[in-house]
Amino acid sequence: MRAPLSWLKEHAEIPDSFSSTEIADAFIRVGFEVEEIIYQGRDLTGPLVIGQVISIEEIADSKKPIRFVGLDCGEGATRFVICGATNFLVGDLVVVALPGAILPGNFAISARQTYGKTSDGMICSSRELALSEEHSGIIVVQHGEAKIGDDATQTLDINDVIFDISINPDRGYALSIRGLAREIAAALNVAFIDPADSPAKLKFVDTGKGVKPVLKAGATQFYLRTLGDFNPKAVTPLWLARRIEKMGMRPISLAVDITNYVMLELGQPLHAFDAEKISGDLSIGHIKNPQKFTTLDGQIRDLDSEDLVVMDDKHPLALAGTMGGQDSQIRESTTSIVIEAACFDPTAIARNSRKHKISSEASRRFERSVDPLMAQLASGRCAQLLIEFGGARHIQTLDTGAAISTSSVKIDPTYIACTLGVDVAPQEIRRILTVMGCNVSPDFVITPPSWRADLNQPADFAEEVARMIGYESIPSILPPRPKQASLTPFQKRRRVFAASLAAQGLSEIQTFPFTNDSIIASMGYSGERASTYRLANPMSEEFPVLRTHLLPGLAAVAQRNIGRGAKDIAIFEIGSIFRNSQALSPAISPATDRKPSEKELENIFKSVPQQHLHLGALLAGKIEGESWRGKARSFDLYDAIAHVERLLELSNLSWLQERSDFAPWHPGRCVEFIVEGKAVAHAGELHPRVVAQFSLPARAVAFVINLDALPVAPIVRAQSVAPMPPAIQDVALIVDSAVRARDVENALREGAGALLESITLFDRYEKLADGKISLAFTLVFRSPDRTLTGDEISAMREAATHRALVVCGAVVRTA
Amino acid sequence: MHRDDVATWVSDAQKAFNSAKDLNQLKTARIAHSGDKSPIALASRGLASLTPQEKITQGKIIGDAKSAIALALAGATSALEALRDSKILLEEILDVTLPSNRAHKGGLHPISIMKNEISDFFIEQGYSVEEGPEMESGWLNFDALNIPADHPARTMQDTFFLEPLESGIVLRTQTSPVQIRTMLTCEPPIYIISPGRTFRADELDSTHSPVFHQVEGLVIDRGITMAHLKGVLDNFARAMFGEDVTTRLRPSYFPFTEPSAEVDVFFSGRWIEWGGCGMVNPKVLQTCGIDTEIFSGFAFGMGIERTLMVRHGVQDMHDIVEGDLRFTRQFGVGL
Repeated sequence: MRAPLSWLKEHAEIPDSFSSTEIADAFIRVGFEVEEIIYQGRDLTGPLVIGQVISIEEIADSKKPIRFVGLDCGEGATRFVICGATNFLVGDLVVVALPGAILPGNFAISARQTYGKTSDGMICSSRELALSEEHSGIIVVQHGEAKIGDDATQTLDINDVIFDISINPDRGYALSIRGLAREIAAALNVAFIDPADSPAKLKFVDTGKGVKPVLKAGATQFYLRTLGDFNPKAVTPLWLARRIEKMGMRPISLAVDITNYVMLELGQPLHAFDAEKISGDLSIGHIKNPQKFTTLDGQIRDLDSEDLVVMDDKHPLALAGTMGGQDSQIRESTTSIVIEAACFDPTAIARNSRKHKISSEASRRFERSVDPLMAQLASGRCAQLLIEFGGARHIQTLDTGAAISTSSVKIDPTYIACTLGVDVAPQEIRRILTVMGCNVSPDFVITPPSWRADLNQPADFAEEVARMIGYESIPSILPPRPKQASLTPFQKRRRVFAASLAAQGLSEIQTFPFTNDSIIASMGYSGERASTYRLANPMSEEFPVLRTHLLPGLAAVAQRNIGRGAKDIAIFEIGSIFRNSQALSPAISPATDRKPSEKELENIFKSVPQQHLHLGALLAGKIEGESWRGKARSFDLYDAIAHVERLLELSNLSWLQERSDFAPWHPGRCVEFIVEGKAVAHAGELHPRVVAQFSLPARAVAFVINLDALPVAPIVRAQSVAPMPPAIQDVALIVDSAVRARDVENALREGAGALLESITLFDRYEKLADGKISLAFTLVFRSPDRTLTGDEISAMREAATHRALVVCGAVVRTA
Repeated sequence: MHRDDVATWVSDAQKAFNSAKDLNQLKTARIAHSGDKSPIALASRGLASLTPQEKITQGKIIGDAKSAIALALAGATSALEALRDSKILLEEILDVTLPSNRAHKGGLHPISIMKNEISDFFIEQGYSVEEGPEMESGWLNFDALNIPADHPARTMQDTFFLEPLESGIVLRTQTSPVQIRTMLTCEPPIYIISPGRTFRADELDSTHSPVFHQVEGLVIDRGITMAHLKGVLDNFARAMFGEDVTTRLRPSYFPFTEPSAEVDVFFSGRWIEWGGCGMVNPKVLQTCGIDTEIFSGFAFGMGIERTLMVRHGVQDMHDIVEGDLRFTRQFGVGL
């Protein structure tokens, strides 16, 4: 919303001593963000004068129309200038920049030779003076608005400061000069002159029968003022057109400009219909049968019974409060006008606007609620201006419904202090609320003004008081210190995992959780892992669904890094995944004026599907950077497995691991980690198809842990550490190559008995005959209370290898 | 045993010790000339079989010889040690500036670092860190926050909706539903922050991302005022931007707070919009079943990306979301 200072000053007695920055700061202080201050005319230096066209010579030998124009600028002699516009005639008044003038954009005007003539100045368009974007022709000033030789900066009221202010949705009333003038007057503590005062005194005499308003739905009050004898040739007064331009709108025609002007002044959107196009009454309500409707912007809209419309006995004529129709709009020949002013239901207009994707000056105001008293006053003001400037005659004003009033609220003045944390005297509260337009009774029953539908609970008045005393007057105090808090074990574990991976050379990334069906399919996911939720309005059709796994995102980031020259990749991400484990059911929306019942709450919580937190990582390329100390090896699946093992060890969890055929891993090179009977993680080499799809280095590996599936380990019961010496025994066993090392290890462990402290596979030799391999283990035995004898140690070693023979067919290798 | 033999042993030993080039050669010479099997050691052991008179004379000869050998050894040792220290160790000098560690440098994402830092700041003050789902019920994301359907405030935030639309499930536009969940399920006093990922259908550009992070704070207790909100924000701003940072509140509008304010911080010579805040709207407390006669509270919310960008001079949102390792590695783990 724009607000020219010249207009504000008509309604707020702002002394000239206030600078525009001080005024902007005052707006900001009371909650109106000034996005821009436009200093119109600041970069324009005269002379800029009104001249009359006294001769026009068309220059024939030019490709585009060029005129050599003789001007009377009140200088005695005729001044000649070249002009490329054609929208003027001999006798018209135009705006002439004389040599020596500097136009916006540092454009200096001087006499110059062109088209074989001397051009001694320039006839200006609006855009050349930075008044608007209008550049289809030069400015033509109506006779009577100015005299030859007048200073055009005065005529056009160029020098002004325009504040561009962003208006919060709760302050619909401030989408008007009336509202903003009231706010700045209060902020600067100066007098406010309400522009609604004068229309309140208007009286109209009926001279005939006007169109009758009928209110069926969607509004509380509906005014129709029918006017006749409107002069379609009447033009918009210059001052009014200039104000509309300063507000960032475009002057169109007198009738339309007046409705816009009144809307900008008072905040009430109005619509002017050509009365000839109305058959019967005008009603606000809903149509029965769907139909096509062409709005003012030429778009054909599909209307149905949900849309709130303004219609006559036959057709809809306007999308209510949003946009008028093309058929009934004011045209160049219109002489009979019906002005519509209604107090629409904000919700109905919000729906119209959203459904048809129209955000108009009208809908923006109605959505944010308009002063209900303005239907009468603004339509009166509009009629008055049409009579004054368009020669119209009032025929009849009819209305239906009633202006709704605001409800009173009783407040306790001490509540304000308790909310703000600063003492404000009751008389100061009373003064502020009165300035804001409230009626405050002696016992603080407050009746908000008609335009403040947003004031309906004590907290709302606390905000009014706060912004008027200034937020800076609230002290800064720390609240009482609550009891101690800490991260949950789950949160702590997540941090430790991330820090541990970072310390081991992995970098954390964060990717968007969006993907598509073809990525899901190409990764080979199936079942729940292939089933996700779809966005109704994705950013792009390329990624319309939510991810079910972290690896596609990690692979894409790896690919991006490789594309940018990275050779080795070690990345991880911690993030939610979304699996369609439960169909979404219709929303549960209990009323918000009370706490929902336990059952309702349970259903709301249950309506949100579970979203597990995963940790995923991808490792590709070399495990270390190339270096002078020797060649680095590539990442392999055991690196991925080791990372998972380390994280599980950090969590004090024990686990089983099994080979697993699990997409998107290599079916023969993936390990599943099982904790308390549940699969919690997978690690291994990625499927070659996936490696190729993302152009990753060969044999890229990855792991994923479902963090939500990791239980909290029980509290560790400490075992005392024995000081007795260990007995170390190496054994080498020959087994079939199909026998898994872990099984041999387990058999040795079983056979070795309770005094076995640790077991480590330290060698694996494949080059034996007959498909046999050799596995060499170090067994460490220790007794808590004595030194083991040689015989005891041998017996335990033999028990271990015997068990390995029984379970795995392992034969002790002799040298 | 002849006196001359003993003299030869001594002179042999002295020669051998003096001709040793380093401590290793000296060790070999020591074993040969004064070790257990050296002539002098054997002679010394042979004293046992002599007569007392011979023991005295021979013992003296051998004792003197041993002393001479020991003296020569000590001399040679200290000379060779000095040589080692002065010369050989210097010859062993390596270029210790050669790259030592070939391991890749890892690091946390700067958003995680900020989240950790913010969480630690508030935990230290007794706030717990609450989290909630990213796919969220529309009732918790909007209605319970006093943003009814068709209210213009809903269109303030471009929401991602899930199919089917009737489910009302959205990608949360703010972490405020975590506040609602907490208020619905916990008794006051409540002191929490809720950092997390949020979503709005904004095009990715240098300052916006459809996926971003917020941290919100919520305090519900007896006698909480806007002055307390200011106190916490001032403290928080100092923790984030340094001791000399100043804050300012500007009146604003959020459906879930009343009064509402924008928080600006004066950092690097200019005012920067940091976040929004206010006193929790009594309507929201009512929806959550909190007695507004007894309890009041405040809430605030900041963009973590924004805080990161301001504090660390990150120019382009793309750097934060693209996962380029060169960006992430600059931040280490944020210690």
